[in-house]
Amino acid sequence: MGWVNAIIQGVLTGGLYALFACGLSLMFGVMKVVNLAHGDLAVVAGYVAIGVITVTHIPVLWSFVIVVPVMAIFGYVLQRTLIQGALDRGPLTTLIVTFGLSVVIENALLQFFTANSRAIGTGLALVRESFHIGSQIQIPYLLLVIFAVAVIVLLGLQYFLSGSKYGRLIRAVADDQEAAQLAGVDYRHVFGIAAGIAFGTVALAGISYGMYSQLDPTTGTDTILLFAFAAVVIGGLGSLWGTLLGGVVLGVAQQIGAQINISDEVLAGYIVFLAVLVLRPQGLTTRRSQS
Amino acid sequence: MSTQAETGAPLLEVSRLEVHHGQLRALQDISLSVYPGQVYAIIGANGAGKSTLLRTIAGLHRPTTGTVVLDGTDVTRLRTDRRATRGIVMVPEGRRLFGSLTVEENLQVGATYARSGPWTIERVYELFGWMRERRHQRTAQLSGGEQQSVAIGRALVANPRVLLLDELSLGLAPVVVQRIYAMLPQILETGLTVLLVEQDVSQALQVASRVHCLLEGRTTLEGEPGDLTPDRVEAAYFGLGHADGHGDGAMAGTDPGGGDGGQPVPSAGPPADESEG
Repeated sequence: MGWVNAIIQGVLTGGLYALFACGLSLMFGVMKVVNLAHGDLAVVAGYVAIGVITVTHIPVLWSFVIVVPVMAIFGYVLQRTLIQGALDRGPLTTLIVTFGLSVVIENALLQFFTANSRAIGTGLALVRESFHIGSQIQIPYLLLVIFAVAVIVLLGLQYFLSGSKYGRLIRAVADDQEAAQLAGVDYRHVFGIAAGIAFGTVALAGISYGMYSQLDPTTGTDTILLFAFAAVVIGGLGSLWGTLLGGVVLGVAQQIGAQINISDEVLAGYIVFLAVLVLRPQGLTTRRSQS
Repeated sequence: MSTQAETGAPLLEVSRLEVHHGQLRALQDISLSVYPGQVYAIIGANGAGKSTLLRTIAGLHRPTTGTVVLDGTDVTRLRTDRRATRGIVMVPEGRRLFGSLTVEENLQVGATYARSGPWTIERVYELFGWMRERRHQRTAQLSGGEQQSVAIGRALVANPRVLLLDELSLGLAPVVVQRIYAMLPQILETGLTVLLVEQDVSQALQVASRVHCLLEGRTTLEGEPGDLTPDRVEAAYFGLGHADGHGDGAMAGTDPGGGDGGQPVPSAGPPADESEG
């Protein structure tokens, strides 16, 4: 059955979209920043990984260990400087600043790496092979691994937010910045930590995407940012597991569209996105804390 | 009569504070000294600037001029969270709990950057008996009085030196307000100093060791509750006629049975006190 295969592929692709979306959702949920450079940062992480692998010849999987923490630190620094500065000037300024950041990143990538697309060559059998169930269903190992990573990341995030000291502070600051300050909490530092986590997840997603598909300087805004947005909106803003649901719905819609006509893949995803916006603007899962 | 505490240095000293909200002058030339162990109450009508004063002391507003000094250290330029970790902790108006957090998590946030001191989450549970068994509930599920208690608990676990209480009674039934204020002695026992803002004047006069009345951003009266007659407080509160000038000077000569307190508001005659200057 081609349809069953399409749905399975769609669900698994949804894991990748969720990985893209959770950082976007976190930054919006905590500091009300819509990071328009989110997709470009994923691409940057992918290019950095390619660079690191080329220069050091370390195994591909080790690039995660280097690039993800580096991007997380970069996220903290960027939040404490550029984004906080924009926040202090008002919520609309963050849109302009992150949009500007997006343009700068894209053009810098074009300048230094040309418009050619690149893939992160892993050399691993895992990436190219699939396992088969019956004759119709084939599941790429890589996609399955990415889906598993997405679930692990979301579980980890949930555990961190609900169980750790900084997770608690992040939720407190998201609820009421001023009250948090009165309790002695430096909300700027907490914002920085949230941004660090968001950048770490987007780096993970960017490298994964580079292994699964190809990256070029415009992939960030063309594809990643839009899919991440769609996943967040479909799932419900600020909801962690909503991003997984949103990613899965988006992925399934795309694969079903592709099954009908291969050129309808992307269109089908956006039709579902628009339908959710019209019929259920709060997303499929509403935020837990409505008070 | 003067309290023995006032012989030492003030714990919190506000000098010549002036605060603007945009073009509007919210506070003008406000000075006050809070001594260790005192309950210092700021009273005044709506819009008198009470909350602005408290928020400025907590660091949420920047004064145009004037200083806030905590135990000899100028904290006027310090951020709110830094003041909190130094011991100026405010219970904000409207309670402002973290709505998606449980009771216990609210307290844990308060304790994260706490100074060392007698207050722990455990001790807060002892103070408010009901709280322990409801610690895993969201604060949205609590009544207004219970929420206020959690807000006080969240401030206490930070082990403040000066606890700022902004309009505790707002939106609460009188009996609940009574119950919350009844906790005050137990809180003071641990060596805290309290600076509170209260619209309910009788409540403030009951608990305070010193009262400071604001009217349209200016000080109209300051003194110990025992020395103030209801008429003078009323005059200062509503700005009727000319209230006695502010400052200890005006109080110093007043004997407890003083005859200058209950004077009717003069209907004619040139005003002769310094507040007109």
